[in-house]
Amino acid sequence: MSALRTAYGRGARTPRGTAHPAAAAVRRRAGVRAALMALPLLFFAAFFAYPVAAIVTRGLHEGGNWHLGRIADVAGDAGIRHVLWFTCWQAAASTALTLLVALPGAYVFARLDFPGRRLLRAVVTVPFVLPTVVAGSAFLALLGRDGFTDSLFGVRLDTGVWAILIAHVFFNYAVVVRTVGGLWAQLDPAQEEAARMLGASRLAAWRRVTLPALGPSVAAAALMVFLFTFTSFGVIQVLGGPMYSTLEVEIYRQTAEVFDLPTAAVLTLLQFAAVAVILALHGWAVRRSQSALRLVDPALTAHRPRGAAERTLLGGVLAVVALLILLPLGVLVARSFDTPSGYGLAFYRALGSTDGGTFSVAPWQTVGNSLRFAAIATVIALAVGGLAAAALVRRSSGRLVRGFDALLMLPLGTSAVTVGFGFLIALDKPPLDLRDSWLLVPLAQALVGTPFVVRVMLPVLRAVDERLREAAAVLGASPWRVWREVELPLVSRAVAIAAGFAFAVSLGEFGATVFIARPDDPTLPVAVARLLGRAGALNYGQAMALSTVLMLVCAASLLVLESLRTTGSGEL
Amino acid sequence: MTAHSTANSTAHTTAPEEAGAAKAADTALLRLDAATVRFGARTVLDALDLDVAEHEIVCVLGPSGSGKSTLLRAVAGLTPLDAGRVLLDGADQRDVPAHRRGVGLMFQDHQLFPQRDVGGNVGFGPRMHKAPREQRQRRVAELLDLVGLPDAQARAVATLSGGEQQRVALARALAPEPRLLMLDEPLGQLDRSLRERLVVELRQLFGRLGTTVLAVTHDQGEAFALADRVVLMRDGTVAQSGTPYEVWQHPADEFVARFLGFDTIADAVVTGTAAATEWGPLPVPEGTAEGPCRLLVRPTGVVLSAGGALRCEVVARTFRGGHVGVRLRPERGPLLEAECALRDAPREGETVGVGFDPGDIVVLPR
Repeated sequence: MSALRTAYGRGARTPRGTAHPAAAAVRRRAGVRAALMALPLLFFAAFFAYPVAAIVTRGLHEGGNWHLGRIADVAGDAGIRHVLWFTCWQAAASTALTLLVALPGAYVFARLDFPGRRLLRAVVTVPFVLPTVVAGSAFLALLGRDGFTDSLFGVRLDTGVWAILIAHVFFNYAVVVRTVGGLWAQLDPAQEEAARMLGASRLAAWRRVTLPALGPSVAAAALMVFLFTFTSFGVIQVLGGPMYSTLEVEIYRQTAEVFDLPTAAVLTLLQFAAVAVILALHGWAVRRSQSALRLVDPALTAHRPRGAAERTLLGGVLAVVALLILLPLGVLVARSFDTPSGYGLAFYRALGSTDGGTFSVAPWQTVGNSLRFAAIATVIALAVGGLAAAALVRRSSGRLVRGFDALLMLPLGTSAVTVGFGFLIALDKPPLDLRDSWLLVPLAQALVGTPFVVRVMLPVLRAVDERLREAAAVLGASPWRVWREVELPLVSRAVAIAAGFAFAVSLGEFGATVFIARPDDPTLPVAVARLLGRAGALNYGQAMALSTVLMLVCAASLLVLESLRTTGSGEL
Repeated sequence: MTAHSTANSTAHTTAPEEAGAAKAADTALLRLDAATVRFGARTVLDALDLDVAEHEIVCVLGPSGSGKSTLLRAVAGLTPLDAGRVLLDGADQRDVPAHRRGVGLMFQDHQLFPQRDVGGNVGFGPRMHKAPREQRQRRVAELLDLVGLPDAQARAVATLSGGEQQRVALARALAPEPRLLMLDEPLGQLDRSLRERLVVELRQLFGRLGTTVLAVTHDQGEAFALADRVVLMRDGTVAQSGTPYEVWQHPADEFVARFLGFDTIADAVVTGTAAATEWGPLPVPEGTAEGPCRLLVRPTGVVLSAGGALRCEVVARTFRGGHVGVRLRPERGPLLEAECALRDAPREGETVGVGFDPGDIVVLPR
């Protein structure tokens, strides 16, 4: 392809100096790309790079001097080293456990055809977009004091690291099922059959043909899970207790409780470095998985379970889904009805009043707040992410483009606490004085939603056959008309899916919002966390009731997405 | 040498062939015995019987959807039978998994492993059979030599042209020395000139190696050029089986005739050596059974001559390289197709006389 392009380029430059039209076209294309990238770059500069830089500078730059010695001090601190060690090993353990539990699920959802598959695929995705606080409280209700297992078997897991690991699996199950399963569903089964015809047993054919093909996408999924668990915040906050703390939790503690900004700044930089390494590895793995594979329509590869082995596998996966995902969600719902005076709607009714004294507004109103903020965040994320994807698709390689791609992913791995606090200290003077603006919350949420928009849109845009664009152009369509008449109809489904993801993720954003939401205008996850932080059955019950409401909203938007999804492709 | 299947399948085989059939039954490498495969309510293979003798090259020919590929998959063990048996060397293969059957299958779209180079693809089979490395390398080199790609070992699969992919797929299928090699539309995706060259090469190669081959194709030219015997399939059963010449010369029924490209077929009533048709009386070969039948008139059997009894107007002429196809509208009866040399071809709109050659008129069972 590149050889072709080079040859074409040479041909265009004819010896008689008629190079101008071709050169102009190249310049124009570069200009279009730059224009498309301008808004996303500006957005990231103002609302990501600037706040993060501001908070790091605040920590390390004092009295006109840089205090880089702090880095060595912090890195040498035994407590911090302990936090680092725990952050790394719990992420590694969570990733391994998630792969172990979710890979059979990826196969089952990709290749087996059973009633309720679509519904169940939407359900397993619910935890992923649930706020971590809610996930944490679900597990607290399941495994914690007076929880489900405690009252039934006398088993409590909230004091150990197991609760954290299990919650991480719960949270990231869908990442593996969707990234690996999405590719698995498209691998041509005839490849395995070809291996079988050459004398490979079923297992050998899988190991030698399917596994190498899946390898890069397994690696990409594993790195994503590692990234999410490495920067885990809400789950650790709720389930970790004083014993366990990740880098992200420590940054929060140093920033909001100890007010030790220099230490927080060093930790932020540390996390930044780690995340950059993970993202670089992830980008490499994704590029590998896009290598020449034989892909087919996933609708053709799924089949009814055959034989005892496949039925056992299906049963096992369904059991895992029931225990790991449906049970915690179910316990959460049950708890929301389990009032001191028997099952009833008391907690839900309490959401409507301000009597609890936790907020100046009724908790119920946070639902409206959250929906409003998430809707605005979705619009911003679609605009920024859509433009970024459009810019990226116009060139598929090159270091600059890859760098831009990675930049868009960075907010996923950056401490939300850093971003939130950075917003507070950086965006408080003109021209960006947003201190009292309600816009801060949707802006922070859009930052988290944008990577999802890009990840959903990019593969679909790349899949639009260049020849379709050429055919439209030859028929007389201007570039703008080509986009409107050919590309937009083809990707409109992806736009809807991207919007849904951005919406759900924005709805659940907690780490940054907790800093910047105004006390009289909290979002739903923030309200849940505050309710959980207070003693009393009423507060706890209200937290469960609010979480249930949030879960239902997330589940509904995901179900809509699942009905839109036809190919199951893309990276999510 | 014939499939002992539907009633009309052996109708036109001659006596020596019948004797061959008895011999083939004893030495049949592959035998399908009432093999049946259903996909839901649809029966794809319908109690199909088929024998393939050792060293024989059999081509299964049929329109798409006639069950050709399913036949190969059933023999390979990739699609389970709903009824009937597959026997290899006389042994029932019911409980033998695909990788233990010792048959090779070349897939329609080749299915080369994109993550391995050419050498890795060809060496895959020997590796699965635990051949020592040295022997494996020798085998790979030998086979790539055989298919005319001696220096391709380290090439990536993506860099191969269509013809080269086909050669690598063939080398890969031959590498584990299967007792039966099956080819699914082996030349389907290649362009015409390459196809015509490769089919000759393939036949020579299989002859030299003594390979037993079962191939399926929808292209009669390919089947006739490659096969010792062709088997025509229709709706999951065998419509006819015989040497390419026999099938061409004596299509068993109207379906076979039409599939072979003959479209001039009409109702007739035979009395003696003449058949009454809408065009008038046509001569038929001696010894033809009397009574009503369907009559196939080959284009070569329509002779243009000034003295022909049937007057026809030339509707269209199509230049076909060596000859010209002429479409005629007779004064009575349906359109006729004729074939004549370029210099003898009449112009469009001309009126010509037409006679018939009994050698190219075939009586089909009703």
